[in-house]
Amino acid sequence: MIRETHLNALIWLLLLIIPLAAWQMGEIYTITLATKICVLALAGVGLNIALGLGGMISLGHAAFFGIGGYAMGILANHAQSYIPIMEHPFLIEGTKYMPVIWLLAIVMSGLAALAIGALSLRTNGAYFIMITLAFGQMLYFFAISWPAYGGEDGLAIYVRNEFPGLNTLVPIQFFALCFLILTAVIFLSSRLENSRFGLALQATRQNETRTRTVGLTPYKIRLIAFVISGMICGLAGALSADLNRFVSPVMLSWHTSGEIMIFVILGGTGRLFAPLVGAAIYIMLEHFLGGVSDYWQIFLGLLLLMVVLFAPGGVIGLLTKREAAHD
Amino acid sequence: MTDILDIRGISKSFGALKASDDISLTLKSGEIHALIGPNGAGKSTLINQIAGGLKPDSGSVHFSGQDITSLAAPARARLGLGRTFQISQLAPEMTVLQNAVFGALGADGRVSRFWRPVMKDRSLLEVARSALERVGLNHRAGERVSEISHGERRQLEVAVALTQKPKAFLMDEPMAGLGHGGSERLTGFLRELKQEAPILLVEHDMDAVFALADRVSVLVYGRIIATGTADEIRTNPLVREAYLGDEEEHA
Ligand SMILES: Nc1ncnc2c1ncn2[C@@H]1O[C@H](COP(=O)(O)OP(=O)(O)OP(=O)(O)O)[C@@H](O)[C@H]1O
Ligand SMILES: [Mg+2]
Repeated sequence: MIRETHLNALIWLLLLIIPLAAWQMGEIYTITLATKICVLALAGVGLNIALGLGGMISLGHAAFFGIGGYAMGILANHAQSYIPIMEHPFLIEGTKYMPVIWLLAIVMSGLAALAIGALSLRTNGAYFIMITLAFGQMLYFFAISWPAYGGEDGLAIYVRNEFPGLNTLVPIQFFALCFLILTAVIFLSSRLENSRFGLALQATRQNETRTRTVGLTPYKIRLIAFVISGMICGLAGALSADLNRFVSPVMLSWHTSGEIMIFVILGGTGRLFAPLVGAAIYIMLEHFLGGVSDYWQIFLGLLLLMVVLFAPGGVIGLLTKREAAHD
Repeated sequence: MTDILDIRGISKSFGALKASDDISLTLKSGEIHALIGPNGAGKSTLINQIAGGLKPDSGSVHFSGQDITSLAAPARARLGLGRTFQISQLAPEMTVLQNAVFGALGADGRVSRFWRPVMKDRSLLEVARSALERVGLNHRAGERVSEISHGERRQLEVAVALTQKPKAFLMDEPMAGLGHGGSERLTGFLRELKQEAPILLVEHDMDAVFALADRVSVLVYGRIIATGTADEIRTNPLVREAYLGDEEEHA
């Protein structure tokens, strides 16, 4: 039993040290796995704001992840084919420049989250789950039937996009980039959790009548959180697409929403490092068991079942003692 | 004395049940107006309509001279209507202090702040701590709400309402479950509090009602059958028959 902050520090260090060691030993594949963990964990950090802090059970977050992916795919696709995105009324060209891609990914997924959130947050309970699911699936089928950008086959990007000062084709450098972004976003999300907004969001999850009674509107608070959550998933989607150098409608499907939710629940819903722990477990199971059997997800299912039944605080909750309430 | 609250002809039905039947009453500055009545008379339903949690079928609610009938609950709270619930409505996983700070945050209104830690916000903490102090909960500030007693939750509800610095209070059975000592202390506190803001008080504890109330209204089957001073109500034959007599039989 250790304190949650110490466990978090340990996990963070492992995520840094293992790829560095692998780099020294020339184990490129391990670095790629660690990068994958960073990127998926980032999506989980996004969902955790809506789900863990806000109590919004969204099965549509793949939409934001996928929009981030397609933002990257479309910009890079136009850049590699030298065909502008549009010429009239003004010229917009593609780009291979990551900061611009990320900005677009964040803005587009944020706008989508605003629209989807504005409608679905008028409902609650099972209806909310269903509506977010429906919006996600709408985008999925739209992507499948949109031939300009690969339709069902998706889009391949031949060369990884660029970041100033780095050679992103070198695995350890791209890992470092993803690791830093993940670290920064976890830090931002911990600031948010303890801020005025974080208090209001968590209070609203616990008792929305209380929120109304102190003069605040639950809908607005949830909508802001939903948009922030979606923007982070969008950024994760852009990075994931860059990691795989490939975008496809699968990013938008409800399986992806489910996976992101599994990371959060496995790690411990609402806990700062839950998405990282959950994503790491997921990737390791896939890596070690996926080679043994095609049905490795059965084990994932069992693990999830055990966590839900016996460890509602997730793996982190299991390993840490509950910190006494303190202000 | 001016009317802070003015309820005019409110009616509300749940199917065939008339929970509020053409109710009119006022709350004047400086007074405690007690609302009594048997179980199921419609007291909580009335409070809920005044606070904005439930829309009346007809009638209107005026607060400080403004018609607030069409305003939602948060807007009414921001105008200065403070409320406590019959069944505590608090954030159970948060601490006592965090709940009070949340009240202060609601009153402050600036929620879209994402960076600075709210529990280090001096202005909010000051409001929260002084409210806890007033109800005698400061020593429990660091405790999680799910771990404090039922009576303490009632006190905390009052404290959170205080952080709002309301112009009027709506209190739905604040004494319930407090025990004799707690009940007596709260009675003393409410007598003090009414100087700051008048209180519409739903209460079953008759000792408290007759000790505190400047006026008493009696609600039976959704109708107000009498309004008057404590003495007038005690001796009103209609009330004795419909309500107080009933109580004595039970006792
Ligand atoms: N949302 C609702 N739907 C249907 N009926 C309701 C609803 N809310 C209250 N009622 C009914 O309206 C009547 C008045 O209820 P209310 O809770 O206002 O009574 P009360 O005077 O506060 O009683 P108590 O002293 O037990 O708190 C009751 O018969 C109750 O069952
Ligand atoms: Mg009641």
